[in-house]
Amino acid sequence: MNQDPALVSIMRQGPYLIASIHTALDDSQMVRFQHDLVDKIGRHRSRGVIIDVAALDVLDSFGSKTLRNIAEMARLRGAQTVVVGIQPDVALAMVLLGMGTVQVETALDLEEGLAYLDDAVAPRAAVDARDGRP
Amino acid sequence: MNTETTLSDAAGDFPTLDRQDEEQLLPQLVAHLREHRTRLRQEWAGRIGDTRLLHAMTPQEMAAETTSVYDNYVEVLETGSVEALQRYARDLSERIIPRGVETHEVVGIVLLLRDVLARSLFEKYQRDFGLLNRVLDAYEPAANRIANTVAVSFVEERERVIRQQQDAIRELSTPVLPVRERLLILPIIGVLDRERARQLTEQLLTGIRTHRAKVVVIDITGAPAVDATVANHLVQTVDASRLMGASVIITGLSPEIAQTLVTLGVDLSKMNTIGDLQGGLEEAERLLGYTVTRQEAPAPR
Repeated sequence: MNQDPALVSIMRQGPYLIASIHTALDDSQMVRFQHDLVDKIGRHRSRGVIIDVAALDVLDSFGSKTLRNIAEMARLRGAQTVVVGIQPDVALAMVLLGMGTVQVETALDLEEGLAYLDDAVAPRAAVDARDGRP
Repeated sequence: MNTETTLSDAAGDFPTLDRQDEEQLLPQLVAHLREHRTRLRQEWAGRIGDTRLLHAMTPQEMAAETTSVYDNYVEVLETGSVEALQRYARDLSERIIPRGVETHEVVGIVLLLRDVLARSLFEKYQRDFGLLNRVLDAYEPAANRIANTVAVSFVEERERVIRQQQDAIRELSTPVLPVRERLLILPIIGVLDRERARQLTEQLLTGIRTHRAKVVVIDITGAPAVDATVANHLVQTVDASRLMGASVIITGLSPEIAQTLVTLGVDLSKMNTIGDLQGGLEEAERLLGYTVTRQEAPAPR
């Protein structure tokens, strides 16, 4: 596996994972990010994933496709994904590339994303009954 | 030398015309047109009336305009300088375009004048075809240049007006208005072309970010028509807004636009449309969790 420092920080926040992409990723970095994230979902038994792309002013078609793949893989591993912080130019570019209609949940920013997940993710009754932590 | 008989008063003017230098033809021609100014102008005005050109103008205006066009015309024939005519034509266009005068009318009256004058030259020189030929050789290029100049000036003026109006429309353009916290409305008034649609998208997406909007109501009651490009752009705008976490409600689709969109086969299945702006706002408030209640009956006035 690539040992370079990660360009994406993946943090755990309660039952959610928050992944912030700090800079434009090339294809191999994107694949590494995808691998790391899906791996962590299993390790932390996360219920939701927030991918923050606010720092990106460019997102190419491979990037968009990877985000969609991540969302789909996360769903298969039991986590909801929401992409937050898409900039106006990026949104327009994604639509023009035909990526606007893919079914990835989006929200304006981190706060909105958390609010969305709180709504969308049903709490795990068995866990909540103890101390609210998985 | 032939003696003019058809134009009784012109008979003695050019007794030695055929021996004259070619370069003298144009000034003589101009003198002829000056001399018969009133008659030729009236004939011209009559022909304009017959063809029902310029019906937007009153007879008085018409008389004034035809006189000054005639004088300008003759002057340009004489001096060969089209600048003055260009200025005049532009000025004239500025006055008559707002009255709804069309390009074909302006070109039509200038061509009529050219024909009327050419006819009078035929009449004058009909006895001597060689001379007539040379007179027409001198007259025709100048006359065509004039017709050209007037038509071009008119069209240029028209284009200037159109450009001005486009700028005005762009200025009016598309305000993005916050009506409640996290709710924006975007009223679209006037024709949506590609450029405006692009601008609209940009402003909307920026507005969503600055106002942290969750719901946007786009009201297109004021848009008379959309074409396929603009319809697709609208769909893209909706998709892009969704990517930024805002849902879009479109209101005020006129029957014509609805018909166009369906006929064009634009995919509107993902679009949330509601009949009018009021309904759209109510739906937006519902999505945002607002309930609007009237506190008490309004005080009687």
